[in-house]
Amino acid sequence: MAGVGSACLLVGLLTAVYAAAISVYGAVSGHRGAVVSGRRAMYCVAGLALTATVILQAAFLRSDFSFKLVAEGSSTDTPDFYKFTAMWATQDGSLLLWALLMSLFASAVLYTTRRSLRDIAPWATAVLASIAGFFLLLMVGWENPFETLAVAPIEGAGLNPLLRHPAMMIHPPMLYTGYVGFAVPFAFAIGALIVRQTGADWIRATRRFALIAWTFLGTGIMLGALWSYNELGWGGYWAWDPVENASLMPWLIGTAFIHSIMVQEKRGMLKIWNVSLIVATFALSLLGTFLVRSGILDSIHAFGASTVGRQLLVAIAIVLIGSTALIVSRLDDLRSKAKLDTLLSREAFFLANNLVLVALCVVVFWGTFFPLISEALSGEEASVGPPWFNRVTTPLALALVALAAIGPAVPWRRAGRALLLRSFRLPAAVAAVTFGALIAFTDAADSITSLIMFVLIALVLAVVVQELWRGARARRTIAKVAWPRALGQLIGRNRRRYGGYIVHAGIALLFLGVAASSAFQIQRDVRLSPGESFEVGGYEITYQRPTAEIGRDSANTGAPITLGAVLTASRGGETHTLRPSRNFYPSRSGGAGPIGRFFEGEATSEVDVRWGLRRDLWTAIRPDVAELEPAIREADRRFADSGQDVQAVVVAALVERYRTNPPPANFRAIESPLVSWIWIGGIIVVLGALIAVWPAPESRLRRVTSIYAAKLGKELSRA
Amino acid sequence: MDPRRKRKLRLFVALGAAVLLAGTLIYTSFSASTQAKEPSDLLAASEPGRSYELTGKVVKGSIDRDGEQLTFRIRDRDGNESLPVTYAGVVPDPFREGREVIVSGELASGTFVAERDSLITKCPSKFTKDEQSA
Repeated sequence: MAGVGSACLLVGLLTAVYAAAISVYGAVSGHRGAVVSGRRAMYCVAGLALTATVILQAAFLRSDFSFKLVAEGSSTDTPDFYKFTAMWATQDGSLLLWALLMSLFASAVLYTTRRSLRDIAPWATAVLASIAGFFLLLMVGWENPFETLAVAPIEGAGLNPLLRHPAMMIHPPMLYTGYVGFAVPFAFAIGALIVRQTGADWIRATRRFALIAWTFLGTGIMLGALWSYNELGWGGYWAWDPVENASLMPWLIGTAFIHSIMVQEKRGMLKIWNVSLIVATFALSLLGTFLVRSGILDSIHAFGASTVGRQLLVAIAIVLIGSTALIVSRLDDLRSKAKLDTLLSREAFFLANNLVLVALCVVVFWGTFFPLISEALSGEEASVGPPWFNRVTTPLALALVALAAIGPAVPWRRAGRALLLRSFRLPAAVAAVTFGALIAFTDAADSITSLIMFVLIALVLAVVVQELWRGARARRTIAKVAWPRALGQLIGRNRRRYGGYIVHAGIALLFLGVAASSAFQIQRDVRLSPGESFEVGGYEITYQRPTAEIGRDSANTGAPITLGAVLTASRGGETHTLRPSRNFYPSRSGGAGPIGRFFEGEATSEVDVRWGLRRDLWTAIRPDVAELEPAIREADRRFADSGQDVQAVVVAALVERYRTNPPPANFRAIESPLVSWIWIGGIIVVLGALIAVWPAPESRLRRVTSIYAAKLGKELSRA
Repeated sequence: MDPRRKRKLRLFVALGAAVLLAGTLIYTSFSASTQAKEPSDLLAASEPGRSYELTGKVVKGSIDRDGEQLTFRIRDRDGNESLPVTYAGVVPDPFREGREVIVSGELASGTFVAERDSLITKCPSKFTKDEQSA
């Protein structure tokens, strides 16, 4: 089967090359058949990538260790769900996932635009085919996921235990979907530039894809944060790690893009800016892949040295240089006649929001690449840490939330003073009341930036609620329907606008969680014996008793040994039980003894969090197995040649000994206020984005007829 | 004001703000940065009281835990010179002998005293035999 998989990739590469070539030929010669053929070739590429993925997945599920990738990334004792997702834990497998998602997205957009954008689409097909071809080439030339082993091992190495978390398994496909999704508007922007059709047509055809990509990328980032909070055992959700930053940068510029294209659609302005943004977004998506895969920067994600780093760098250079040259050569077509009338207009606020987002991206970029910058400038490798990032990004984040509050209520072109006053009277009052309440009843004033943030968040929410209420009220009077119906109709008829407002509300809640949890969390690390207690925030936590289990890993990740604790946390008369634990995975290296290997391999924290809308209590344990060591050493000596069942009994006895005779264990407990709102806000953002993406039936009808009308007009003028 | 002059003024204000921001960025990043060093670099020359980021591999058999306190030695990635490190705080899950780690702190009388919770371990995505015994 591996041979068929390799063949799929090779044929896929050739098909992609064909698709690119025939599309360019079709575009230059005007030969419609060639264009259609190019499009269909892209469907074939998607089919071939899908076949290859199915073959590889089947090998993972069957545990066919003659596949090198399966032997390295999976094992028979890996649970099925993780066997299925182990593909993208490896470099070769994630390249295949990239190629698959890329060709599926390309096929989807080419299918939806098959009857429109006659001039732009062939060039876009060529660009999309080239990108898909590039990733297929990486696999065919350097990282073939279908490499086989001459002698298949009996057992595989297993999936890295740290990656055995549901969020971690969904996170990479989400990120990749985001990355490849931005290839679609990029390809159409390039097509539009080549044929000098720099109007808003390419934006209208691809904006939905941009929004989908943005949503997936954002969800992927959120899932990564959730994984970090739940699995890494340090209690944070964001560490300004280079790879985290790498996914954040295209998301920031993508956010700027989906805002500023509205200005082009509405006013025909910012054309150069928009094509530059989408080029930057796509280049940063490639850069994200490059950072993960090249190991150029120190990071927890630096997956060792890679063989495709240089090729990715070349691709990024081609994208940047080619696009810049193209934009410069089309400057005359990109100039817009409309000018910014006044700074008090929707378009001016969009521009300001764009500048802040780009500034944020520049800051993150600078900090991420600082080790390289500093080495180039001063010859010494130095790096900046999270405190620097927090300090520099905070003012920008405040500005961003402020703009999100004001922007939606400012009209296009020019805002009258009276209108502004009417729009902001109520939200400003809400913000003022929030400010007073925070000062009077909470400690929020201890952190000035958090206080400002809370007030701005109240302003955002008030503006969103006011906009929804005003619209629904008008709808109610016009259509004479009840409130809920009026609200539903309002959102349904203008999904993009109101979906966007809901996204704003979600982002505001997300920032609420970030600001509160970063400024007011309380963390303690202690070493306790059973029966001892400690305090963290308002909780009194007691280590009741140790737990030690074999083959009963509650998260179902396939760990043989789980050591943990039962904790009780009491606060204001209420008592909760928490059961943090730590999974031990057997070591597969030759160095450890037959018994010792069960204790000396990888271990992961299974934290226990008591979730709450007001605060989370987060706990983790690090059992100290050092005191078992003499016993483990002796067991290694005495049972070295025993059968596996005897060794299993010995391991069970050692684990039981930990339970009955527990040494002190290390604990970390964190009281984190409002941190759940990060995830709640994230869900609201996704819901809002879904509303904005969902096609409205009436408007679609209208658009189709207008496209036909436009096409008819064009054909007539040609005849 | 004449609109053309107004636009020019706006441009200057925007450019000024951008230059100011860039300046702040450069200044704060260079003053807040910590230098990354390997043990041999620090043994050769180090300023007392300055904060460094020490990178290298954990020496085999050097890990010793005494309650909260963790001591181990870090050696050069490709070399044998090493430094003892004392550390307290969270130990990342993938921390092992032979793994590449990064830790921040300062050198005090021959021992690298690490800041709390500053230990970072590079995680190998797939752990094969040679990677673990390295």
